[in-house]
Amino acid sequence: MMMNIQNKLGLAALAALFSTPAAAQDAVGLDDKINQAFADFTGPFVSFIFAPFPGTGFPWIVGWLVVAATVFTLYFAFVQLRFFSHAISLVKGDYSDPNDAGEVSHFQALATALSGTVGLGNIAGVAVAVGIGGPGATFWMIVAGLLGMASKFTECTLGVKYRNEYDDGTVSGGPMYYMSKGFDELGLPGGKILAVLFSIFCILGALGGGNMFQANQAHQQIAGITGDYPGWITGLVFAVIVFAVIVGGLKSIARVTEKVVPFMGVMYVAAALVIILMNADQIGWAFGQIFAGAFTGLGVAGGMVGALIQGFRRAAFSNEAGVGSAAIAHSAVRTKEPITEGFVSLLEPFIDTVVICTMTALVIIITQQLIVDPETGKYMLNEAGNAIATVDGNSGVSLTSAAFGSAFSWFPYVLAIAVILFAFSTMISWSYYGLKAWTYLFGEGHTKELVFKVIFCVFVVIGAAANLGPVIDFSDAAIFAMAVVNVFALYFLMKVVRQELASYAARLKSGEIRKFGH
Amino acid sequence: MTTKIVIGLDGTETGERAIAFAKDLAGRIGSCELLVVYVIEWSPFTFQTPEENALRHKRREEEVALATSRIIAPAIEALKAAGFEAQGIVRHGDVAETLNAITVENAGSQIVVGRASADGFKKRLFGSSTQNLVMHADVPVTVVN
Repeated sequence: MMMNIQNKLGLAALAALFSTPAAAQDAVGLDDKINQAFADFTGPFVSFIFAPFPGTGFPWIVGWLVVAATVFTLYFAFVQLRFFSHAISLVKGDYSDPNDAGEVSHFQALATALSGTVGLGNIAGVAVAVGIGGPGATFWMIVAGLLGMASKFTECTLGVKYRNEYDDGTVSGGPMYYMSKGFDELGLPGGKILAVLFSIFCILGALGGGNMFQANQAHQQIAGITGDYPGWITGLVFAVIVFAVIVGGLKSIARVTEKVVPFMGVMYVAAALVIILMNADQIGWAFGQIFAGAFTGLGVAGGMVGALIQGFRRAAFSNEAGVGSAAIAHSAVRTKEPITEGFVSLLEPFIDTVVICTMTALVIIITQQLIVDPETGKYMLNEAGNAIATVDGNSGVSLTSAAFGSAFSWFPYVLAIAVILFAFSTMISWSYYGLKAWTYLFGEGHTKELVFKVIFCVFVVIGAAANLGPVIDFSDAAIFAMAVVNVFALYFLMKVVRQELASYAARLKSGEIRKFGH
Repeated sequence: MTTKIVIGLDGTETGERAIAFAKDLAGRIGSCELLVVYVIEWSPFTFQTPEENALRHKRREEEVALATSRIIAPAIEALKAAGFEAQGIVRHGDVAETLNAITVENAGSQIVVGRASADGFKKRLFGSSTQNLVMHADVPVTVVN
């Protein structure tokens, strides 16, 4: 069924590709058609993933992820706290053998994985969470981020342990490899089936959250500055650039992006900190809103559960813990100790969610973008009654942009550039994740890889043309579908990680694993 | 006791002059071993795409093979032909730090390098590898012009 959707969507996008500016008067209509077709085809899949527990409004998938993160946290006895400082030492290179210099370092693996996750989830996703779930969503987002560190630790350790190393020195790794190889090693059946399922969802996730959502939000940013115009035009420009990088091998663009993105990330956090400090007297109030909202909802749609769902959902989408994508990114590191990559990766949800997402949320709250009813002290809902009323009715990226813009009038322009660059770097990362899943299913080979890359570029156009609603639903659904399969496999394989952890911890204590003098 | 002299090469003609100087020095000292080192400039703190990471090991092997065949092997061959005892090392890293680290590891008594053709904004700002080496090395450094 999924392939059917892809084919039909592909045709719709091809129609967009061959449209000319002369047909611009039909363009908005074309956007609508693409949007409708997209929503119709993805509807059943989205409904299934977000189906609530019977009799409640709580989506089962959110419970699935939180339970998993909690299980891993307990099973590994709070590894995210116990090995936090060790993870930082590893990233600094304290334990790196100088003779291995020139291989991918822990820092590089972390930075690469982060550039795939830090992006729109941190800017737009948080705005959506806080806009619907209120400040309380921030609390649950942080909780999900802290717990998610254990999920990330588990999957990345396995990603390195069971990766494939080829004769030519290249590597391929990720959940599909630990599912098939790990299950075989433990004598469990079904690993291969899980791997195939995961790969299918990973391809959809790459096309959804890793592509369409990014293209969509990038278009909104550009349109916000230049005035409205059809989304497929932005999509086409992005598609050409992405095509040049992933098919044409135009590495220079990717390299520039990879260097600019971390700089943008640091600048974003710095700007957020400055705004928070400028409103230092409001910090106590803001945290008060976050805590009160976390347990009462402060009038948001769905109350406390609404805040919780939004917080967990956006955290999972932002840091991807349990999704399995980071396991693909981290498996490139050549280390004698797979578990060291697990330690390093647990920093990702921390940086992504606990630090960056929280900054976004605090800025939105502290600059008072969410409208409070002065009489009740609770948040007012918008006309549709599905989100909190905001100053100027902003939502998503525009809400974050307005929040930063209220302190620095020029910041929306910087944010627009940041969003476009984040979107681009996330697309490049996800094109790789999707490609690895694709080659796992269909085998490696130039033509096979080219087919995926072309499909990927077509989806950039569809993503930019479609409305945010269906895109964000499909993006979340596809990424969560990856997590369904991945977490299921992790439950069976977590004992392998525990053995690795026990062995490593013992050798670290005995001094067998030691720092190198640099 | 054998004295060990480390020669840092950078693949340019200044390296040739460093070798010539080290040979002269070794001839005067007598029992001397020459350690020819080429450091491939590399930092663990750069940003790479996932694809670059996946290919990194392969690239590293290629870089080491290239440096060995083009720079280190010919230098060692020439030194041995001239009757000197010589060994070679290729390693990735910060040039100054790595040259010094290799010297310390191998109990080298001094380092001979050619003067880098320092130019450009970056070198004005951060200094050349040669300057850094002279400033921070644990053993005497000779810079050959």
